[in-house]
Formats: sequence, structure tokens, C-alpha cells
Amino acid sequence: MELMAIAVTTAASRMHGSVAWLRAKLPRDARVAQILFLAALLGTGVFARDFSLRWEQMALAFLAGLATQALALRTLRVPNGSILSAVVTCFGLSILLRADSLWVHPLVAALAMASKFTLRVRGRHVFNPANLGVVGALCLLPGTWVSAGQWGHDLAAAVWFVMLGTVVTGQAHRWAVSWMFLACYLGLVATRVLLLGQPVTVFLHHLGNGALLLFAFFMISDPMTTPSHRGARLFHAALVAGVAFLWQFVLFRTNGLLWALFLCVPAVVLLDRLFPAERFQWVTRPDAASGREPSPRDAAQGTRYVSGTPRPSLRDAHGPEDSAHDGTTPAQAGTLRPAGR
Amino acid sequence: MIPSIFRWLIAIVLLAVAATTQAFCGFYVGRADTKLFNSASKVIIVRDDTRTVISMLNDYSGDPKEFALVVPVPQVLSQDQIHIGDAAVFDRLDAFSAPRLAEYYDEDPCERRPEIGEMLSMRKFSAPAMASAVAPRSDAALGVTVEATYTVGEYDIAILSAAQSNGLETWLTANGYRLPAGAAKALQPYVRQEMKFFVARVNLDIHANAGSTMLRPLQFAFESPKFMLPIRLGMLNSRGPQDLIAFVLTRKGRVETTNYRTVRMPSGVELPLFTRNQFGEVYRALFDRTASAEDHRVVFTEYFWDMSWCDPCADTPLTPDELRKAGVFWLGSAEPASRAFPRRRPPVAAAPIDGSVMLTRLHVRYTPETFPEDLVFQETGDRRTFQTRFVLRHPFPTTPNACPMAASYLREVRAREEEQATRLATLTGWELRDIRSKMSLATRGQNERNWWRRLWN
Repeated sequence: MELMAIAVTTAASRMHGSVAWLRAKLPRDARVAQILFLAALLGTGVFARDFSLRWEQMALAFLAGLATQALALRTLRVPNGSILSAVVTCFGLSILLRADSLWVHPLVAALAMASKFTLRVRGRHVFNPANLGVVGALCLLPGTWVSAGQWGHDLAAAVWFVMLGTVVTGQAHRWAVSWMFLACYLGLVATRVLLLGQPVTVFLHHLGNGALLLFAFFMISDPMTTPSHRGARLFHAALVAGVAFLWQFVLFRTNGLLWALFLCVPAVVLLDRLFPAERFQWVTRPDAASGREPSPRDAAQGTRYVSGTPRPSLRDAHGPEDSAHDGTTPAQAGTLRPAGR
Repeated sequence: MIPSIFRWLIAIVLLAVAATTQAFCGFYVGRADTKLFNSASKVIIVRDDTRTVISMLNDYSGDPKEFALVVPVPQVLSQDQIHIGDAAVFDRLDAFSAPRLAEYYDEDPCERRPEIGEMLSMRKFSAPAMASAVAPRSDAALGVTVEATYTVGEYDIAILSAAQSNGLETWLTANGYRLPAGAAKALQPYVRQEMKFFVARVNLDIHANAGSTMLRPLQFAFESPKFMLPIRLGMLNSRGPQDLIAFVLTRKGRVETTNYRTVRMPSGVELPLFTRNQFGEVYRALFDRTASAEDHRVVFTEYFWDMSWCDPCADTPLTPDELRKAGVFWLGSAEPASRAFPRRRPPVAAAPIDGSVMLTRLHVRYTPETFPEDLVFQETGDRRTFQTRFVLRHPFPTTPNACPMAASYLREVRAREEEQATRLATLTGWELRDIRSKMSLATRGQNERNWWRRLWN
């Protein structure tokens, strides 16, 4: 028994060591890791699943999305502009949106990227670009759809495995929004299963829904379009879970998750007004000046933490910042810079 | 006409789908101790917005007096919402959308340099007596309410609502229905969702007078936001995996399931020529293998096409009248059928309907473990046509010395035959050796290697 405990401790400490090493090696901008993850998912979908997605659609989506982002950054003279967020959005659109023509993906990608520079409330964009793009396409464009069941179950098991790994390695708090959302949504599903007297396999079936996990870890966790205050963010996650549940199980409509996030945008604006907090910003360069590694707690709680460039040169929060992203939790970036207010 | 090295389609060999096994949405309830095996079902679902017409064809072949059926429905159906359908429409839809085998003949290689071109040209083909209702009566003790009873066609129908699944089970048993084990538990989620139960059994007098041995399909029309098909009850009297074929007719686009993965069957595959007369066998083996490879967890799309045309057509397209019989309610009766379909259609008619009826054929092989929930559908915006189509290519009978092109043509034929054999083995799981021997590939290969035999024999 003792031996086992020693073995477990040793393994855990080694794992912590590996994680620390990995974190030191990985790029500071969390979007890079996110892009790699999304690319792997898209690759799996295209090659191992019957994704009805053509490579031309993907290529055109990226071309249009990146071009729009580059054009907007140049026109509006955004300092430190990055096209990473456009890459994330284009991956998101390729993974989610299906169309029977070639023009839909580039159009939606361009409009989604344009939306974050135009649809702004108090200096920040309020719609997750991929979410807005997909919902807008479903409503307005013919020949579009979202295949909620496209992932199957084995893939979901892999995602659970990776995400539970964050618990093991002590990183789980960085994904608080995702866990909050999953807890609320799956809690409601479990209650329904119990009340209806359905077998437990029905709950497991929902647990294995790949689309649910993707939404939880790559869309609702987007720090740019969720409330800035930590408590408000968690409340927002619970709200989205509730709306998604109602949409799907009371109104019997499809794509509940995407619609819920879209419909809860007014709540984000309201929560931000009620609970003002420092705004999240992506870090695209390593900390040069401070030398202090921000703790996850700093990030998660929105602690004002100045690193690198002096404050006056920071982006104007009321201006068009490069801040449209489709995912990654607030604290996943590991660093936080004040956006000014 | 797109240039093609192939002569056009000569024949289409239809798959006899009747031989595949299917399952049913409700469960059969025996009234005597007879072995009942619910193995096959076909369902037509017609859906536009919230309006739904579901037709169910029973494959029941036992004594009619032992037949009974329980189907959960979203609301109390009035008598005119229930109708007796036409079994022939199922056959027509089945034949029209069945996986197909198309045959092509190569041209003489000496007459024309083969090009790799389109194999298909884009030719467009044109494609009861009711008795009085009885006033509701309730059985408060069991919590079961008989909302209505009707006689429609050869069926005696009761619409029940229940407060508890145990009460419903007791009521059904007390009224002479023989329920499969686990019925109460399976009924419970439907009871708690306040769904109603459509209970039908055969009125023997009417059935005997009609002189028909077959039970005709039942149709229900209702409005509901739920676009789903209850399959869980049907699993109660099943052994092993069950098959269900759903013909879904919609207005806008392809239909898929939202709570299970929907995948397309392999299509466009070239098959060896010997499979011409055993295509049904090939497809069954192929389906078995594909479904097993997916662990019986997916829904297969076998066909999706606009009903106004087909290419190649496995059968003549359904007429507006047949579509209305299938439940397509938006082909309004105000508009004469002749306007939608020209009355004097050529054998291969021009586009008859303005693309407003789309047919999705879904084939599910499920087990209770792999399909824990009922099927939930969505209509997508997808209008790209798809069919499960296999191809036979007959080589041109020529000799290597017929012309300079002939030798290379024969080499190509040989290479493609090897590929066909490998592909067939992969798809069906059959032994490659057997396939090659049926195609005489082994003998021919040996003859080619031992070229001297041809010299001295």
C-alpha cells in the first residue's frame, strides 16, 4: 500500500515536472495551443469521420477570415494586432458549419471577423465570432446546417480524458467556466433522466456528446465574450446551460448550445455593467519587464497585473482591439494585462 | 450529353430489400402464447415545420388475432388523424431509393482512345371504413384513461393516457394484451412525458370480410415540435440488432439524426461482374460489415434525392398521388396532379415537381445498448444528392493484337479487376481468394506468367 502511495506521489510529481517543463516550452499565447487542438479535431473529423466538409470550403473560409482580420487590423491601426484569433474563428467555423455550396464559408468567415470590429458595446465586441457566424448562417443563408451528432462517442471519451487530465495536474481551475457550464447542463440532463425514469445509459449518451464538450471547452470559455468578473462569468455559464436545456428539452429545438450562447449576449452586457472588472487581454509576447510569472489566481480573479509594456501604450479598451477569439479560458493564457477603463 | 467511354446504362439491378431485417417503433403485444419476433419495420415520416405524418408498415406475419401494437404519440389523436395507408407506397419508395447496381459497357479500345471521364450523363428522369367513437371512460384506480376508441380499417384503436407506467401495464394485461418483459420500465419515460399511447389490434370480423391476409399500414397525422421516432419500445421484443428503414420526406433538405452520428453508405464502388446476380447478398454482407465496424452506433444514409428526378433511376418516380398516399400533405389537392406531373409523361419524364419533395432514406441497425435514446431528427439545408450506387463495368471483348491500344487496354482491365476484388473483400469481409477464383483472376494471372504455354498449346 505504501509502495503504491509512493509510486503515485512520484508519478504525480513527475507529471507536475513535465507540465512545468511543457509550459516553459509552449508559446505564451494560449491560442497557439488552442489552434493546434482545433486543428487536430478538424483533422480527425475530416479523415476519421464522415464530415461533409470540402477542403475548398475550409481554404476559402481561412482565406476570407484571415484577409478580413488583416484588413481590419491595418485599417484601424490596431497595435500588436494578431491574426491568431481569426485562425481560431476559421477553425471553429470549419468544425461547426456545414453548407452545400462553396460561397457560404468565406462569406460567414468574413462577416464573423468583421462583426468583432463593428458590433461593439462599450468598447468590446459582444458576440463570439464563430457563434455569431453559425447562428447567422443558419437563420439567413440557404443550404446551411450544423451536424450536432457528427462526433460520435469515442472522440468524446478522448476529450474527457484530456480535460480530466487538467484536474489531475491541478490546472482545472483555469477551466472554471467550462466546468461550471458542464456541471449545470449535465446536472439538468441528469435530473431529467431521473424524473423520467430513463435508464442511466441515456445520461451516459449525453456525457459522450462530442459537440457538448467542444462547446464547453472551446466556445463558452472564450474570455473575450463572457463577463469580465469571475462570479458573473460563472453565473453566465450557468445561464447558458439553462437556456440550452430549455431550448433542447422543453422547446424541442435543435442546436441548443449555439442558440443559448447567442441569446445570452444581452446578459453579458448587463453583467459587465453590474459587476465591472478588469478586462481580459491576450498576451502575445513573453513578459520582458516584470519577470514575474502571474499566478492562475491572478488571472482567474481578474487581478490587475501589469507586465511588459507600460500602461499608456496598452491598447485602448474603447478602440478596436484585437480581441476576437473563440475559446480558451480566461486564465489559460496565464497572464493578464489591464485593458484600461 | 457528356462524352463518355462507356455505353450508357443498360440495366439496373434492384436490391431486394425485403430480405433485409428491420424493426418497429412500437412493440408487438401477443394475446396468446405464440412466439412473436419483431424483426423488421419500415416507416415513412413526412415532416414540414411541426406538421408530421408517420406511416408504419407491419411485417407481422402471424395470426391476426394475436397482433397488437402500442405506439407512444405526442397527443390524443382524433379519429380523422388516423388513416389506413397503402402498403404499395412503401414498396414503391423502397424500390425507388434502394441501393442500386448500375451496369456499363466499355467501348472498343481500338475505336477510341479512352478518357477518364464522367461515367454518368446528367439525364433527368421524371421521375377506410370508420366506426363510431366511444365516449372516454377512465379507470381511476390504475390511472389509465381511455381517451378515445375508434375502429379504423381493420384495426380497433384505443388512445390511452396514463398516470403511471405500472397502471398502464396492468390495464393492458387486464385487457388481454400480452406484454414483453420490462414493458413497464420502457413505458415509464413516455408516461412521465405525458405522451399518449396508441393501442391497436385487429378487428377480426372486418379483417376476415376484407379477405386480405396482410395488415395494412397505419398512418397518423399530428402537429408536434418533436421531430423524433420512438424506437425504444420496439427493442423489447427483439433479439439482437434490429433494422429500421425510415423514408423521410421533407421540403427543404436532407434529414439526419442529431443525437446519433449519421454517415453515408459507401457508394460509387466498382464490383466484380459475378456479383450481378447476387447483389442483394453483396449489399447485405457490406451492410453487416459496415454496421459492425461502426459498432451499431450510427445511422446510415442510403439515399437522398429530390423526388422530381433521379439518375440512374432504380424505379419510376412516385406520382403526386402516390406521394400524397405516403403522407406528403403539401402537394395540395387544390392543384390538380396533372399540373404537378404532366399526365402524358414520356417513359423518362421531365422534372415533374418543383423540387419541393426531398426523400432521405435512413437505415439504422441498432441494439438496446447502442441506441439508448429514441431517434431525434433535424432537417438540414443540405441539398446535395446522394445514392448508394455500385457499378459493374463490362470490358470490351478484344485481343491484345487487335490494335496497338488493345494491349494496354487489357492491362488496365486486369488492374481494375484486381482492385475490384480487393475492394469487395474489404467491404464484405469475404475471402479475397474466393473472390479472385470466382473472377478467374488466379488462373488468368498464371497463364500470363507462364506465357510459353500459350505458345505451344
